Formats: sequence, structure tokens, C-alpha cells
Amino acid sequence: MNLPQISGLINGTILNDSNANYVYKKGFASDLMSDVLRFHMEDTVLITGLSTIQTIRTAEISNITCVIVARGKEVTEDMLKLAKDCHISIINTKSSLFEISGILYSNGLKPVNI
Amino acid sequence: MRLRYEIRGGDFSAGGFASTEVKKTLKQFNIQPLILRRIAIALYEAEMNVVAHAYNGAMEVDLESEWINVVFEDEGPGIDNIEKAMEEGFSTATEKVRQMGFGAGMGLPNIKKNCDEMYLESIPGKGTRLELRIYFKDVEQ
Repeated sequence: MNLPQISGLINGTILNDSNANYVYKKGFASDLMSDVLRFHMEDTVLITGLSTIQTIRTAEISNITCVIVARGKEVTEDMLKLAKDCHISIINTKSSLFEISGILYSNGLKPVNI
Repeated sequence: MRLRYEIRGGDFSAGGFASTEVKKTLKQFNIQPLILRRIAIALYEAEMNVVAHAYNGAMEVDLESEWINVVFEDEGPGIDNIEKAMEEGFSTATEKVRQMGFGAGMGLPNIKKNCDEMYLESIPGKGTRLELRIYFKDVEQ
């Protein structure tokens, strides 16, 4: 599933498009960045309600290249600038983590190995 | 190669900058992606610990052909009970740290998991010294 497909499924807005053709295979939903750092996140979309600069830093460190910011949380200019520098795509949506996860799971994204 | 970065306690907007820079540097050296991921995660967790708990600190990186050695030294409140701090779920983090998505008591155990060697010393009321070593060998822990 690529970035436009993901965004379309969750009624999202693509705020930064760095990897439009990349095919994502897995999803991980968490507001706790410490948990994101515990597992293998390659090929994974991060779904989070935590919209801070550390969300982007955590994605960069974990090799995550797509972040979905849920619950309509604001994405700041600083976050967008860092995301562009790190080639991380960002989708914003008003939906909850539960709803986004359900939609993406039922359309083929798999969980990461815990 | 030696690199040194200053880390300011409480500066959450800059927190992670040093680790990201080291990761960028290491990408030039043909290190296995899984090893690189372990290094990046260990460094970032340790850097965020300094940001979250100390007044100021520094990260010194020593990069050799077969390993990377990193020392974090900070001035801060230190750790009263290192054994307790190594337990998953134990944390003394403030509400601000938790709002940034950290402070769940996972940092030190995750650093240990991602390193080959880890040495942690602390003097309560003075500061903490954390030394990490990761080998560029062909196996993942």
C-alpha cells in the first residue's frame, strides 16, 4: 500500500510527500515513542496521536518513512521541516487510532512483530 | 574518528539531534542496516535520558573499524538506584517528558538490549556516566 492509497482510505491530507511510491507492508499504532523504539519498524507506517518534534525524530531513528497523525492533531512547521529533511511523509487525519488501524488492517497492512 | 556533541537538559526541541547526526555519519560507512538501527536507537534513548533528566551533558563518539563506543556524561540529579532504574516500567520522568512520548521506564532496558556492552555509573546529586559499545559484527543480538 503506498502513500496516496493510505491517505485515501483514511480521508487524510498528505502534508509532506517524500516517498509516494514506497510500498508499506505493516502498521504500528502508539502514542508512546518508547514503544516505537522497541520493535523493528522497517516498511512500517506509524499511526500516532502524539504530534511533537520527537514523533519525527523517533520515526527517523526507527527507519519509519510514513507517519499518520491522528485525531486531527496539529502538525507544526518545525515538524514539517524536520520531516522534509529526513524524507518522512506525513498524513494528517481527524480519525482516531482505532479507526485508522481498523481500516488499514482490513485493507492489508500487517502488524509488526512484537 | 571522534565526534562530540553537547546536550542541553530540558531542550526537547533539539533532543535527538546528536543521535540523528551520528546516524547520518554512520550511513557513509557501509554498516549493516540492523546494526545501524541498534546504534541509532541506543544513542537516541540515551540522549533523551540526558534531555529528560539532566541539566546539561555531552555525547562523545569513538568510531573504530570494528566497533563504536559512546560515552554520555551529564551534570544532573544522578540515579539513586541503578538496579531499579534498569527495571522495565520504572521511571522518575516528569509530566513534560511523558507528554513527549517518553518516560515509561523503557529507555535504559532498551539501551541495554541494543548494545553489546553497557556501563552505567552515577553519583546522586552530581551526574551520570553511561558508556555503550556496539560491534559491527555480522549477527544481530
